[in-house]
Amino acid sequence: MSFTSLKEIVSLSKSSGKPFWEIAMEEEMRDNQITREIALEKMRNLLEAMKAADKNYDEKLKSPSQLVGGDGEKITQARLNKTIFCGDFMGQVMEKAIKMGESNACMKRIVAAPTAGSCGVIPAVLLSYQKEHQIDEAKMLQALFVTGGIGQVIAHRASISGAIGGCQAEIGSASAMAAGAMVYLADGDADAIVQSAALALKSLLGLVCDPVAGLVEIPCVKRNVIGAFNALASADMALAGICSQIPPDEVIDAMRSIGDVMHSTLKETGEGGVAGTPTGIRIAEALKQ
Amino acid sequence: MSIFDIVGPIMVGPSSSHTAGAVKIGYLSKKLMGEKIKSAEIYLHGSFRTTGKGHGTDRAIVAGLLGMKPDDIRIPDSFELAAQEGMTFKFEGINLRNAHPNSVKLILKGVSGRELEILASSLGGSRIKICQIDGLEANFSGDYPTLVVHNLDQPGHVTEVTSMLSHKSVNIATMQLYRNHRGGDAVMVLECDQEISPESILWLEHLEGIRKVTYLSLEEAP
Repeated sequence: MSFTSLKEIVSLSKSSGKPFWEIAMEEEMRDNQITREIALEKMRNLLEAMKAADKNYDEKLKSPSQLVGGDGEKITQARLNKTIFCGDFMGQVMEKAIKMGESNACMKRIVAAPTAGSCGVIPAVLLSYQKEHQIDEAKMLQALFVTGGIGQVIAHRASISGAIGGCQAEIGSASAMAAGAMVYLADGDADAIVQSAALALKSLLGLVCDPVAGLVEIPCVKRNVIGAFNALASADMALAGICSQIPPDEVIDAMRSIGDVMHSTLKETGEGGVAGTPTGIRIAEALKQ
Repeated sequence: MSIFDIVGPIMVGPSSSHTAGAVKIGYLSKKLMGEKIKSAEIYLHGSFRTTGKGHGTDRAIVAGLLGMKPDDIRIPDSFELAAQEGMTFKFEGINLRNAHPNSVKLILKGVSGRELEILASSLGGSRIKICQIDGLEANFSGDYPTLVVHNLDQPGHVTEVTSMLSHKSVNIATMQLYRNHRGGDAVMVLECDQEISPESILWLEHLEGIRKVTYLSLEEAP
């Protein structure tokens, strides 16, 4: 049984003196009867797979629908030409987020985190930060356990599926998970970790899942950028001492209640939102041929 | 729910339900067949039918039937690989009654002539469910070693199977019984905690009143 609230993890962290990641990992070890070594090894495989996916981006690839591909490379070029507002670090984050989303659409190997459609958010922030600050492998694995602990609670109290909760459940969850991991990498405590997750999720509440033609392409790929940027901003806010006035678990519950009332046309059916625009419909019709 | 269900799995994109789940359905079907597949008729239903092409669902199912897993980078090339391996396949749309939106019906023929019909659904994430085997109801996920026995609906067959398992120290995790009508065709689906040996399967196949035995092993083929 994994944790059902972030509050539980924080209070356990305080009472035991163990960091957030360790509490999440120990619960996994107990729950699935695995050793510490195996838990770490499994996470190492995921980290390696994220890095390999980032490295193996191929700018020439197009998705089977031909709708997606090559945009990550445009950001690389803009960054190299120093023509982006966001600065080089954020440029790298943007580039990685799009590239991962595109690789996914182009049937390359990725790590669903928490889902395939939101697979760019966590690696974009974590891998960019690791490169910039030379974070060692052990700490990266710990940061991934932070993402997993937050994601588990969200999946338990609400959902990580676009079909159930809209895109807030995919990109929103990914963003909250990534924010917590970034706070951890900057040595924030368990409290700051869950505050950042709350701030991140709160900002993406209501986000609908409206894929054109039902494909994980438009607008999914570029939404990974907003999830990643939002994660960094939320981590910065939490590290500066800003708290979410609404407690993190209540924010997750709010996401669930929003998902419950969200119209089905906005939950991965490819009917509403941008999928329902004249162009969205035209693309869907053309692909049917 | 494991932390590695949240961060993970490693998979070939773009969709855990339309791609990873589809590979898994093909992979489990091949395991259930227990031999190399010669030909496959693939009937896509619902969202598999309407958005399957863009999600690579078609290539994913063929990849699974060739024995690939959801993280195999050769999935996009599965049609070409099937041609190389001499497996033929064809796709059709279908409108299944009361089926999950992401469902597929497979009519498979193995190299020995063995035939198998499977109806399966992709439930989200990369979780799947086998819903029918050879037209008879079933309900299992492929997460356990699973024994599927088709028999005549007569007294004694359930005891034969369960005593054999008990004798071999195989613990039953779940067990389901279905039949089309009294005294007709019946099927039992047993999800087990341990693997069942090939000799035990063979023994079952030769019992009177047992029409077909299908076994899903989680161990890798040699």
